[in-house]
Amino acid sequence: MKSLLQRYSVQLFLVTLGGIITYLAYQEAIGLYFLSVMMFMGVNIILSTSLNLVNGNMGEFSCGHAGFMCVGAYVSSILGVLLFSKDKIFGAPLLDPGLAVYLFPLVIIAGGIAAALAGLLVAIPSFKTRGDYLAIITIAANYIIISLVENLGVIGGSRGFMGMKKVINAMRDTVDLPWMVIWVFIFTVFTIWLLRRYNTSTFGKGVSAICQDEVAAEIMSVNTNKMKAITFMLSSGLAGVAGGLFAYIIGYVNPGSFNILKSTEVLVMVYLGGMASLSGAVMSAMFFTILLEVLRPLQIWKWVIIPLILIIVMQFRPEGIMGNRELSDVFPWMKRFYRFK
Amino acid sequence: MQTNNTIEESVPVLEISDMTQRFGGLTAIADFSVSLGSNSMAGLIGPNGAGKTTAFNLVSGFYQPTEGEILICGKPTAGLKPHKVTALGVARTFQNIRLWNQMTVLDNIRVAQHGKLEYGFFQAVLRTGEYFQCEERIEKEARELLEIFELDKYVDEFPTNLPYGLQRKLEIVRALSEKPKLLLLDEPAAGLNSADIQELIRLIRWIHETFDVTIWLIEHHMDVMMELCDDIKVIDFGQTIAEGNAEHVRNHPAVISAYLGDDNI
Ligand SMILES: Nc1ncnc2c1ncn2[C@@H]1O[C@H](COP(=O)(O)OP(=O)(O)O)[C@@H](O)[C@H]1O
Ligand SMILES: [Mg+2]
Repeated sequence: MKSLLQRYSVQLFLVTLGGIITYLAYQEAIGLYFLSVMMFMGVNIILSTSLNLVNGNMGEFSCGHAGFMCVGAYVSSILGVLLFSKDKIFGAPLLDPGLAVYLFPLVIIAGGIAAALAGLLVAIPSFKTRGDYLAIITIAANYIIISLVENLGVIGGSRGFMGMKKVINAMRDTVDLPWMVIWVFIFTVFTIWLLRRYNTSTFGKGVSAICQDEVAAEIMSVNTNKMKAITFMLSSGLAGVAGGLFAYIIGYVNPGSFNILKSTEVLVMVYLGGMASLSGAVMSAMFFTILLEVLRPLQIWKWVIIPLILIIVMQFRPEGIMGNRELSDVFPWMKRFYRFK
Repeated sequence: MQTNNTIEESVPVLEISDMTQRFGGLTAIADFSVSLGSNSMAGLIGPNGAGKTTAFNLVSGFYQPTEGEILICGKPTAGLKPHKVTALGVARTFQNIRLWNQMTVLDNIRVAQHGKLEYGFFQAVLRTGEYFQCEERIEKEARELLEIFELDKYVDEFPTNLPYGLQRKLEIVRALSEKPKLLLLDEPAAGLNSADIQELIRLIRWIHETFDVTIWLIEHHMDVMMELCDDIKVIDFGQTIAEGNAEHVRNHPAVISAYLGDDNI
């Protein structure tokens, strides 16, 4: 009995948590403001854990994460609007809007796949380049993506793109549930689940081998190019998923939301949490989201305070809050309550 | 552990013909040839900067030779990336130990099986039957190997917490875990004290007797080489200056001058 409970404790906890949040949102017991903060928390968790895969586990320095978020946001927004809602440019919906509620996750995943393909923009240079040079390439990739979107008049150019609220409304018309809350929760859990399994498999540990000694990895039979391609694509694909969710939460996207400043935000979360620590990345994303809200009254001054926090952390704890340890390494008693497969 | 296949035995495990490597104007190794039969043990010595490590880097696929050809069990390595050369049956250690230091000793062996994994990304995240089977097998084999080499009490340690001699040993074990046909050891005695060196000599000899593997050894220390190998090549400034058994090489005038400088002749 104990081991059965132990085996399913994580699932049980997550289902309960998701259920409670959904119920509270449905009853409108949580205000819209808190709901949106919670959803941004989910998006930030996906962003920080996925960037942590490249910057923490693989030891590369990618600073263009928001670019991939942008690809995911636009692709899933356009796809959703094209399929399920009447739009000035795209005309009548291609599918019955009643299907939106079922196909929405596929729309988000399509954005993720598109972003994963965009990830090749940095994955392929990473075969030959690393360190500072690769960092510059990631910045360039971020700029290329944003500039492309800015110059595509059909999808609104720099004015942005909207219509996603109509898709959400179509979903709520079919089944009245707080869908965005549900999907953000599911995709956040999915991301952590995916990364956890990847990182703990011998296959995925090839990534740490590349980080710790790439020459030794290659000579000890790790196909480093393949691993880099998979890792970059997984990371940027998840950023795309986060972007899609972000777009549907706000109901509006414009290229300016995905500039270097956004990428920097994600970098801060990763470095605050600790390199190569999944639970560190989760916690610092949560902390960071709250911090952003607390500092919101300061407006632009928050961009003085947040970097200052980063400087202080780097001064006194350069490995980040968690270093490369997981929560269960710091508190071993936690392992008694769950088991991962 | 003899193979019955007589044809296979007649093909050398390593055959290098007229290999030359230039870095810009510098010829690191010139017209180098060697042929190592199965289960043999051979040595490569020479002063610092002679081109020994370069020869190993060429065999393991880090560089493509400027000229010449390398065959592993009859198969050319031209155009292959190092992990593909490893798959042909080559494993090596490094002059400066290159273990993965933020990984446990067990993981160091496990990850070295990367090329032989029977599952990929999707099986890893879906945790399919293949995944569990393969991981179980890898872990079992890794633990067994560590036990054979009396490293089993360190499985959960990080390599940096091991004494230097054991780090060297672990790196050799990691290379052996690839089940290579050809094992390249680049100055395994570097940094060891004389007691450790004696143990290392016993270890290498034991590996050679126990496993079905050809060993090619680089050593800076003449005495280690003399103890272990009967077939020694000496290079200096990339040129092969002598070859033969220990006695022959030790007394060869070109070797003496290379090692002691011309003034001493
Ligand atoms: N990648 C490289 N680029 C340029 N020169 C190199 C490179 N690798 C080795 N060399 C040079 O080749 C020569 C032989 O080096 P090496 O093979 O490391 O000697 P050793 O016999 O001490 O192992 C040295 O002069 C070294 O500087
Ligand atoms: Mg050397």
